[in-house]
Amino acid sequence: MSVRLTPRNVVVAVLFAALLLLPFYAQFANDRFLLTLFTRIVILAMAAVSLNLILGFGGMMSFGHAAYLGIGGYAVGILAYEGVGSGFIQWPVALLSSALFALVIGALSLRTRGVYFIMITLAFAQMAYYVISGLARYGGDDGLTIQKRSLFVAPFDLTDKTQFYYVCLALLFASLYLVWRLVNSRFGLVIQGARSNDARMRAIGFPTYRYKLVCFVIAGTLCGLAGALLANHTDFVSPAMMYWTRSGDLIIMVVLGGMGSVTGPVFGAVALLVLEEALSGITEYWQIILGPLLLLVVLFARGGIDGLLAKVRS
Amino acid sequence: MTLFIEQCLNGLQFGLLLFLLAAGLTLVFGIMDLVNLAHGSLYMVGAYFAATFAAWTSSFVLGAVLALGATLLVGMVVEVVVMRRLYGRDHLDHVLGTFGLILFFDELVRLIWGPEGLSLPLPSWLNTAITIMPGVDYSAYKLSIIIVSLVVAAFLYVLVMKTRIGMLIRAGATNREMVGALGVNIKLLYTLVFGLGAALAGLAGLMQAPILTVQIGMGENILILAFVITVIGGIGSIRGALIAALFVGFIDTLGRAFFPDLLRMVFSKEVAATAAPALSSMLIYLMMAIVLVVKPEGLFSAGGK
Repeated sequence: MSVRLTPRNVVVAVLFAALLLLPFYAQFANDRFLLTLFTRIVILAMAAVSLNLILGFGGMMSFGHAAYLGIGGYAVGILAYEGVGSGFIQWPVALLSSALFALVIGALSLRTRGVYFIMITLAFAQMAYYVISGLARYGGDDGLTIQKRSLFVAPFDLTDKTQFYYVCLALLFASLYLVWRLVNSRFGLVIQGARSNDARMRAIGFPTYRYKLVCFVIAGTLCGLAGALLANHTDFVSPAMMYWTRSGDLIIMVVLGGMGSVTGPVFGAVALLVLEEALSGITEYWQIILGPLLLLVVLFARGGIDGLLAKVRS
Repeated sequence: MTLFIEQCLNGLQFGLLLFLLAAGLTLVFGIMDLVNLAHGSLYMVGAYFAATFAAWTSSFVLGAVLALGATLLVGMVVEVVVMRRLYGRDHLDHVLGTFGLILFFDELVRLIWGPEGLSLPLPSWLNTAITIMPGVDYSAYKLSIIIVSLVVAAFLYVLVMKTRIGMLIRAGATNREMVGALGVNIKLLYTLVFGLGAALAGLAGLMQAPILTVQIGMGENILILAFVITVIGGIGSIRGALIAALFVGFIDTLGRAFFPDLLRMVFSKEVAATAAPALSSMLIYLMMAIVLVVKPEGLFSAGGK
């Protein structure tokens, strides 16, 4: 896979370079908020990248992806509350618990297709939301404040904002690499084949259910990691981080950026969150602009930002 | 025992209310093949209209009737302006587009009515208790919700199964192109069906309004329940929606009321107190999971999709 100098690749490279250099600019302009905003963007971009793996490449329209954000986040939050501060324990637990949740949910949901799948993943995510809201010991509805961020060995200190940003960014790049390798592997081709024509893939001998389930679990695990990061970023976890509208936000990021393009969701996340920030600066009622804007994107700009960039070339 | 009867009636009332919401959802999906997340917004709009009109006319019934008409109108406008463009698109497009509509409606309501929320006071003749059985009193209002819902369910049955427009609706659900080719004005039919669904959602919203407060986002939690019901009942099936809605209504209400006590019999008090709220909110989702394992297409799937 050689990388050619297309307009799209240039834009991707520029965006990544900008993300890499952002802390320097923030330092220079003395704009601490910018760094906080972009840490959040990078983390949610990672969640969107993981969703894109099943949504864009696998054709699995999961509407419950925010559940893993919550589960990963609460794994960190609950362990921190119970006095287990080490990130070497917290993060693997976050990954494992979201993987396990994805396995159970996926095994049940993947028996269905189409609109049933959308609604079932949504309902299961809401179930997780209500269960966590019911955990009175861990704050219930009000959420749980995390006193200390995950502890790692000496040079790594997540309380340092710049360092934390780079940790998140490194993990985002790592997940992009993972997704890129996955979708270009034999496994990824089977997944994409099943998206186009599941019956045909089964007819030539691929047990697509198992392939899709594995893909679903990988995406959930990756999103769980994003959840662990988000918990560390806000020093707080609450059921709100896994409410169904958050799942909607993640879908918007994927579609806005361009489904089925590895880097698309990063564009989508940056675009959506920067737009939100800009609109909320204009008016308190910014969602009244964002809502119809989404509709317009759905109606007229299929393929999202990535699709637009790809068109520039031709 | 008194408590049990009362909770059963509550379950019935909640189930029927959910049916009104789910019926619109499943109708719109069955006929137009459209996933409408904004259905909950119409429920909210119905409640807001009712609170406003009731305050203007200082009559609960008149306010409710006006609100019903207004929600129907809003539904038809939404269909003509937005939904019409989404038919035939991918389901993901429906999800996204209608999600955008939710944001729009929530914010519009906040702009018009403010963030505080409204209340819809009951007239005194409804705000009493009726003795339905020796020793069992029940809220007159909740009883009237049960009656109205049953009447609407019967009306829907007659409309869909016995009238010409119902025949067209059923035919449209089976084969859209063919119905269009036979000279039926499909566009108008769709607008009417969507308006009907909107009015049903609005009715559910305005009837629930005096029990809960009228607030932004009130439609969202109940929308998820309506989804669960359509999935259990089989998408596109009104009969399935009714049965599943009653199931969910009973399980949710009775689960919340009696599940903690049941747990306390088996486990220690402490365990029961922490686990019960979480588990009772899980019950209906567990039920959905069980139904899906047995019948992935729902109990009464209309077939096809």
